[in-house]
Amino acid sequence: MKKVKIYVTLRESILDPQGSAVQGSLVKMGYAEVEDLRIGKYLELAIKDTERDIDSLVKEMCEKVLTNVVIEDYRYEVEEAN
Amino acid sequence: MKFAVLVFPGSNCDIDMYHAIKDELGEEVEYVWHTATDLSGFDGILVPGGFSYGDYLRCGAMANQSNIMAEVKKAADAGKPVLGVCNGFQILTEAGLLPGALLRNKNLKFMCRTIQLKVENNNTLFTNQYEQGQMINIPIAHGEGNYYCDEETLQALKDNNQIVFTYSGENPNGSLEDIAGIINERGNVLGMMPHPERAVDALVGGADGLAVFKSIVKQWRENHVNN
Repeated sequence: MKKVKIYVTLRESILDPQGSAVQGSLVKMGYAEVEDLRIGKYLELAIKDTERDIDSLVKEMCEKVLTNVVIEDYRYEVEEAN
Repeated sequence: MKFAVLVFPGSNCDIDMYHAIKDELGEEVEYVWHTATDLSGFDGILVPGGFSYGDYLRCGAMANQSNIMAEVKKAADAGKPVLGVCNGFQILTEAGLLPGALLRNKNLKFMCRTIQLKVENNNTLFTNQYEQGQMINIPIAHGEGNYYCDEETLQALKDNNQIVFTYSGENPNGSLEDIAGIINERGNVLGMMPHPERAVDALVGGADGLAVFKSIVKQWRENHVNN
């Protein structure tokens, strides 16, 4: 069994109005150090032991459905799980 | 002409679409549930607005995995008219039938009101009953209608006259170049955020949307009916 953690964010070139609004609030609250803030999604998958290559499996799922590559970037981590 | 109105769990403009075709145009129309595997009996496909699958993951992402979408792609490949409105537009971009994507509205608000559009291209099977440059009033109702595509795609849209409707005056969602609706390169798949099916009767909010449906029928008649 493996645990796959996938992080999805809007691509750098795309404005994240939600992130900007939250960043603005933090600055107003006195956290002037916060220069940028981007909000994304976190997906956690439990993957059964499989013959298939875990990297190609995760990339395939990300590109087919879990993300929209036109507007989103993703990265992931694979951990052993019991 | 026989239309299919697709219905996904969470569609909520399907009845308005059906009404526009049946009661305003007097054409044949049927609801088709998303698990269906055949659209061959239909001449035109309407993908209605709403919140298919509750917009889980991304708008249109789950709907794009439905059985029916393979059939929508076949219909598009066969040159049949495919119209996606609001969530239908989002589904068609997720399906790759139209380029780009719809992002969250720039002001983060769900916008629901009638807005003025400009007909940028009346030389399509969806807009031949409008004048070029005509200003029309059509309701919008969306939280994620901010059209985005990369520069290369935008240039291609301009070069091929694929921008069909733009917001005139106020841009409600921050969309690129005020884009409200685009067509595919072949000219048989249109996606738009505003709701023409909600503007088909002068007594309830205006009838400026009716010409979209009339255009489809007119073109189809010219192509398929011997006079």
